[in-house]
Amino acid sequence: MSIVHSNTMPDTVNQAMNHSPRIEQCFAALKQQNRPALVSYLTAGDPDADTSRRLLHGLPSAGVDIIELGMPFSDPMADGPAIQKAALRALNNGQTQAKTLEMVRHFREENSTTPIVLMGYYNPIFCYGVERFLADAARAGVDGLIVVDLPPEHDEELCTPAAQHSIDFIRLATPTTDAKRLPKVLANASGFIYYVSVAGVTGGSAPTSERLESSVAKLREHTELPIAVGFGIRTAEQAATIGRFSDAVVVGSALVDCIENANTPDEAVERVHGLVSELAESVRACREVEERMEEQLSV
Amino acid sequence: MNQPVDLSKSLPDANGLFGSFGGRFVAETLMPLILELQDEYTTAKNDPEFQRQLAYFQGDYVGRPSPLYFAERLTEHFGGASIYLKREELNHTGAHKINNCIGQVLLAKQMGKKRIIAETGAGMHGVATATVAARFGLPCVIYMGTTDIERQQTNVFRMKLLGAEIIPVTSGTGTLKDAMNEALRDWVTNVDDTFYIIGTVAGPHPYPAMVRDFQAVIGHETRSQMLEKKGRLPDSLVACVGGGSNAIGLFYPFLDDPDVQMIGVEAGGKGVKSGLHAASLNGGTPGVLHGNRTYLLQNEDGQITDAHSISAGLDYPGIGPEHAWLHEQKRVEYVSATDDEALEAFQVCCRQEGIIPALETAHALAEVAKRAPTLPREHLMVINLSGRGDKDMTSVAHHLGDKFGVKNL
Ligand SMILES: Cc1ncc(COP(=O)(O)O)c(C=O)c1O
Repeated sequence: MSIVHSNTMPDTVNQAMNHSPRIEQCFAALKQQNRPALVSYLTAGDPDADTSRRLLHGLPSAGVDIIELGMPFSDPMADGPAIQKAALRALNNGQTQAKTLEMVRHFREENSTTPIVLMGYYNPIFCYGVERFLADAARAGVDGLIVVDLPPEHDEELCTPAAQHSIDFIRLATPTTDAKRLPKVLANASGFIYYVSVAGVTGGSAPTSERLESSVAKLREHTELPIAVGFGIRTAEQAATIGRFSDAVVVGSALVDCIENANTPDEAVERVHGLVSELAESVRACREVEERMEEQLSV
Repeated sequence: MNQPVDLSKSLPDANGLFGSFGGRFVAETLMPLILELQDEYTTAKNDPEFQRQLAYFQGDYVGRPSPLYFAERLTEHFGGASIYLKREELNHTGAHKINNCIGQVLLAKQMGKKRIIAETGAGMHGVATATVAARFGLPCVIYMGTTDIERQQTNVFRMKLLGAEIIPVTSGTGTLKDAMNEALRDWVTNVDDTFYIIGTVAGPHPYPAMVRDFQAVIGHETRSQMLEKKGRLPDSLVACVGGGSNAIGLFYPFLDDPDVQMIGVEAGGKGVKSGLHAASLNGGTPGVLHGNRTYLLQNEDGQITDAHSISAGLDYPGIGPEHAWLHEQKRVEYVSATDDEALEAFQVCCRQEGIIPALETAHALAEVAKRAPTLPREHLMVINLSGRGDKDMTSVAHHLGDKFGVKNL
């Protein structure tokens, strides 16, 4: 077991294998390189099954470190217009939970290292059947889950069973999560912590980085899990700023907008992978200035 | 025979669960606020000063108690059970919705909130919310689906007159569920200063219990009014069910009286078999939406499907979690009435009693039309006349106008 996770293991759970090795290895490797992870969000099946598959398969080579794949839901209460529309495009083109899992399985045939985190809402999982879903997800090669409407109060629904399948349950911490509540939020979290940078829905306004930096620092006092920051990050510049003090930056709506704004599937693929490359370049370089300064100081 | 269990006292549990239904399925951003609301509400419930204020506004502002009226002509017309109408349509703003809004706005004040938001379907909850917001001097934003804006023009104008801002919601089918999604998005974005007045017994805990408690005044009054009139409890209670607030308000104080039969009437649209309906219990399956687990209209992949009803206030693909539980406990019987049956009962009520009911309420009356004739005169049947139908004139004219030589309103 790694040092990173040892503090956060709930002792009631099987100690052998209850978290995803891929996520852990990914962050360990990036720590060596002293750079944050680039996490992309796309909705599975958006704009259609075929294009979505091409988008997914091209993400690692374009520079994504961790893939969040949205499970479309008809009523995405925590999402802004961009991701709402993405879900509708996917559903209108026949996307289902089974097809989303199939996409992951197919991806795993050619990529065994890039972590995949499925993100969405509880109802489609509940209707699929929790045990069946977890078994199929583990078999397909899913590493983690982010389920927006399952707070720690409902851990017995999915979070606890997921650990039995070595699937991480990635918890959201938000600006409203106060010190009193934080231990509860962190208790059964695994993989990484997703810090929601602003109170609001996806695709909203960008956070101010000073406040964000101190929030992330406060969070670090309570957890040794890597901290990803998301919501409102659209540009390479923002990613670089936030990547200086976080372990991962998540970009979603900006990528989804590329699909919305494209006239053809080819154009969608080109635009998404193009933006990913820009973001990747920027997160790779974001700590270099500091590094150089530190080197100079230590000489 | 109904089970003589103590149904009313203990539920929901500390996690907001009615059996396996209910709960708090919301984003983390909202959790601290929901927990705070729960604490505030628990305090208010036991605070004599809060209760005094509530009673004052229910009396002098809303106009409570509402009468329990013996509908002599309807009774004659159906030729069976004695029919009593609990006249919630006589409340200020014309429906039961304000019972809840008064309670919640007092809570919002107590919590120091500066802004009120709400979702609305028929517009009755929107009007009631805009009303209390005006009374307490709070800015108010109402989310309303574009389909509903179309069919409830009068209420849209009323809300505007009362100073509310109406935000049209185009997503989905532009009905109540979509308005609720959008209100939740607003809330998550403005958690610090905003109070969300949910209009029915849905949403995350503590809303289903809190809204129920504010609406239970209907049942408490009915109980003492019937005891006064007839010296005994009613034999049956009938109410329409959208989210279920007027129904639970009437039922709740009688849950532990096994001899009182209760019937909730869902919107059957074009018929439950047609797939075009809003009958979550009769035509749905358990799932999780808008913060709670309940029966939902959904496909096998857990995608919510569209509800269909002639009445905007029943056009919702879910139902309050307590109803889901009462359904599984078999304490309440849930039936459905179609659009056509509701329209027919609507006209009967107009002509027999001189009361124009809301189209929502007409669904309850449609069940009465089926049930009352089979029962003896000694059977005391109470119908929650949840609202008046002025708001529905455009819709009704659209469906029945030809019959009266009216083309368009
Ligand atoms: C008059 C009236 N009755 C009933 C309802 C349905 O709501 P509920 O089931 O919460 O009582 C509405 C909703 O708008 C209404 O306006």
